[in-house]
Formats: sequence, C-alpha cells, structure tokens
Amino acid sequence: MSVEARERRQPWILLSPALGAVTLLLLVPLAFIVVYSFWLRSAVGADTPGFHLDNWQRALTDPFFRYILLNTLKIAAITTVICALLGYPAAYFIARSRGNKLILLLLLMLPFWISYIIRTMSWINILGSSGALNTALMSVGVISEPIRMLYNEGTVILGLVHFLLPFMVLNIYVSLEGIDTNLEDAATSLGATRWQAFLQVTLPLSLPGLAAGGLLCFVLGAGTYITPLILGGPRDAMFANLVFEAIITQLNWPMGSALSLLLLMVLGVLVAIYNRYLGMSQLTKGLG
Amino acid sequence: MGWSLIRIYTILVYGFMFLPVAVVVLLSFNENQFGSFPMTGVSLRWFEALWNNDAVMRAFRTSIILGLLTALISTTLGVLASLALVRYAVPGKNLITTVLIAPILVPEVVLAVALLLFLNWLGIGKSFALLLAGHVIFTLPFVILVVQARLVSIRRDVEEAALSLGASPMQTFFSVTLPLLMPAVAAGGLFAFTISFDDITGTLFWKPGGVETVPTQIFSMLRNSISPEINALGTVMILLTVGLPLLGAALARWLSMKRGV
Repeated sequence: MSVEARERRQPWILLSPALGAVTLLLLVPLAFIVVYSFWLRSAVGADTPGFHLDNWQRALTDPFFRYILLNTLKIAAITTVICALLGYPAAYFIARSRGNKLILLLLLMLPFWISYIIRTMSWINILGSSGALNTALMSVGVISEPIRMLYNEGTVILGLVHFLLPFMVLNIYVSLEGIDTNLEDAATSLGATRWQAFLQVTLPLSLPGLAAGGLLCFVLGAGTYITPLILGGPRDAMFANLVFEAIITQLNWPMGSALSLLLLMVLGVLVAIYNRYLGMSQLTKGLG
Repeated sequence: MGWSLIRIYTILVYGFMFLPVAVVVLLSFNENQFGSFPMTGVSLRWFEALWNNDAVMRAFRTSIILGLLTALISTTLGVLASLALVRYAVPGKNLITTVLIAPILVPEVVLAVALLLFLNWLGIGKSFALLLAGHVIFTLPFVILVVQARLVSIRRDVEEAALSLGASPMQTFFSVTLPLLMPAVAAGGLFAFTISFDDITGTLFWKPGGVETVPTQIFSMLRNSISPEINALGTVMILLTVGLPLLGAALARWLSMKRGV
C-alpha cells in the first residue's frame, strides 16, 4: 500500500469505533423505533409487527396528550424566559468584573458537577411542610400551620430554572466575553449613555449566546420527566412523563415509540430553526 | 449606581444557585430525628446510617464501576475520533462532527427509549451491558468536545520534529502527542465519569430490576419522604463529584510545578 493511501485510511480507522458506536447505539435505534411505532401492542407475548397507524393517530389526536404537550412547551418557555432574566445580568457582571472573575467562573461551573437529583430534591428541604421556609415563617408567627408550597406547577418551574440557569449564564458569558469592550466605550464617547450603549451595541452582539442558552434551556427543560416526578403533583406531568409511563409502567412500547418520536420532532423543529439561522458552532462554544 | 445594582443581583442569583445545596449539607449533620428544622445539634449519625445501609453501599459500588468503565471506553473512543478530526483532512468533517455530537442533540428520554427497544429486540434486555452502552453513548460527545478543544492547541511542529528525528508515528503518538494530550484525556475521562455518576434520566429506563445506581437509589428513597439519610447521601455525592475534580486539578498543578514545566 502506498504511503498516501495509508495516510488517507488512517483517520477512518481512528474514527470508526466512535462512528460505529453512534450508528449502532443511536442512529439505528432511532430508525428502529420509527418502525416500532407502527407496530401494535399485544396483550400477551411479543408486539405485533405491521403497519398500523393507530399509535400515531392516538398520539396526534388524543386531547389529553395534546394538553400535556402544550403544557410542556409552556413550562419550558416560562423556564427559559426566567433563566434569561436571571442569567443575563449575572453573566454580564462576571464578564465585566475584574478582580474576582476566576472565582465567579469556578462557582458558575460548580452546579454542573453537583448531581441533578440532589439539586432538585434540595427544594423539598426549603419548601416542604417542615422545611426552612415554613419553619421560619412559623417561628416569626406569620403563619400558625405549615402552608403547602410544594408539588405544583410553580415548583416544577422553580426546579427547572435551578437546574438550567448555569447553562444560560455560561452561554451568555461566553458570547459577552468575545465582545470588544472598546465598542461600548466608543459608543459612549460618541454621546450615547451607558444604557444606550448597552442596548444598541452589547446586547445585540450577545444575542447568539442568549439564543444558544435559550435553546439549551428549552430543549433540556421540555425533555425532562424527573423534575415533575419529584417536585410536581399528580397533575403536573410533562410530555416525557407520558413516554416513561408508556414504556416502563404500561409496557406499551409501540405507543411509547410514537410518543418519543413526537417529542423528538417537536424539539427537532426548534433545533433545526436555530441551526438554520445561527449554526451549531455557537452551541458547542460554551463547552470548549 | 447601576453597577452595584448588578452586583447585588448577581449575588442573589448565586445565592439562588447555592442556598438549597448548602441546606442539604447543613441538614445532613442534623441531630434531629426527623432531619428537619429546627436543627437540634450536630451529629454524624446519618452518615453512620448510610455506611450501614446495604442498599446504598451496593448502589455506590454499581455507580463507581459503571462510571469507571464508561469513562474508560468513552475516553478511548473520544480521543481516537478527536485525533482524526483535528490532525487529518477528513472529507465531510462537519457532517461527521454533527453525527458524533448527535447524542446530546437528541433528548435523553428519546435516546433512552430507542436504545432500550432496539437492544431488547436484539436480545439484550435491561442489564448492566445496556446501562454501559447507554452511558458511553451520551458521554461520548462531551469527551470529544473537550479533547478536540485541547488538541487544537497542541502544535503540530512538536510532532513533526519527532517524526523528522526518526520516530515512527506510533512512537510519536505515545511519547509526544499522548503526554501533551494527557490533561485533555484526564478532563474527558473525569467529565464522562461525573456525567455517568449523576445520570438518572436514561438510567431509570435501562437498569435491570433490583439494580440501583446512587441517583436511582436516592430517587426511590424520595418516594417515601425526604429523610436526613438522603441529605447525608447528597452531601457524600457533592463531596465526590465536586471534591475529586478539584483535588485532581490541584494535584496536576502541584505535579507540573514540581517538574518545573
């Protein structure tokens, strides 16, 4: 074999284990559940292969499923907006501060290392009937009996915001860090106020980071089923809970396949729109 | 004026991020039998209870073995792929990169369902093997991103110098590239381990009955009610996942200072 031929083959040898793994463990399984979603669940034994539209018809027309889907999108949207409102000023502060930037950044990375389930359940200590808040309110005498604060839509959103906020801050920070601070100075020296300079120069330039953070928050938020299970009531199920129910509890795998694919398509449309206008590179910047 | 407002706002945001976690750590030392407020004293009884809880210790063993194997496989695959993407002119590089990071673009629930159903169809039911396959596939993109970012900053000339001095490509890789790449390999491996150790979304789909990892163990303990034991377990996990990387970083720094690099 010539040297060039070997040189040409080498990268493929290096790539093949990883590409093989992704193909075999993600791409083929995805194609498989597309097929599976047209099968029918049989009460006993294996599911019946075939081409039946029943699951899809139910997934798309059942009013309960539609209600949960819309509610999931609503919860994800509210979560994303709150994350942006909380996260932007904090990211701005980190990006523009001089002395303690390193510590602030380190602290910002810390939540990524703290388990998601710990952070989620930690709110029970705060908001539970014998939690910090109720205890404090009772000892001050504002209330005489604990009030029920947990297990509603509000606490689901709270838990999601707490989980996703670092993603938002990090993405905004990365894009603010890439903006030349001289631009803002130039704007003010030309007569703009600080606020105007921020609104017309810095904010527009940092929108890609905001969009990347927003996409991450929305997609991760809309795909969760653990937070509603821990912090929500029985009526606060999100779409991924339906998938979990169908697959794990009801063992209706064809239906579960259809529901997963529906979730994938809804979120996929968002990612595709994002990719069309901003490209994927912005999204991976925050990780590098 | 505006600046100090932003400062206060930022402090509040950080407080929001860390206060609940701090409360977990605080309550894990609570002497009070119900593990709730008001705290009656400081005690290690809940950590002792954990140590004597067989289910929890089993979950720890499972999580650690799973995490180590995931890190090993994921880092190996990730380093090889990153080398190919950074060091060679591969046709269709963008498409390949997209495929390789696809596991984090697909919602984890969907990935979990697809993998479970497909491997089950192949005859591999819920098992440790399925768990491992799942953990490898969704940690791989993170490893690739971390290692690639690092690899770009290693200058090609060093390798070329070794090659021109007569080293074989293999020798060059093991005695030049790999040592330079070591921090990235370590970071990738640590990242994979932590993500695997923390995962619950996919794990609940893949784990066989009776097998628990630490997060799923916490999850099943939460079904009853929050107990001080859960807070103690949370504290141990925080120490493991936050303390170990910090210790590792400090150690790496100390070693490199000692070597005078």
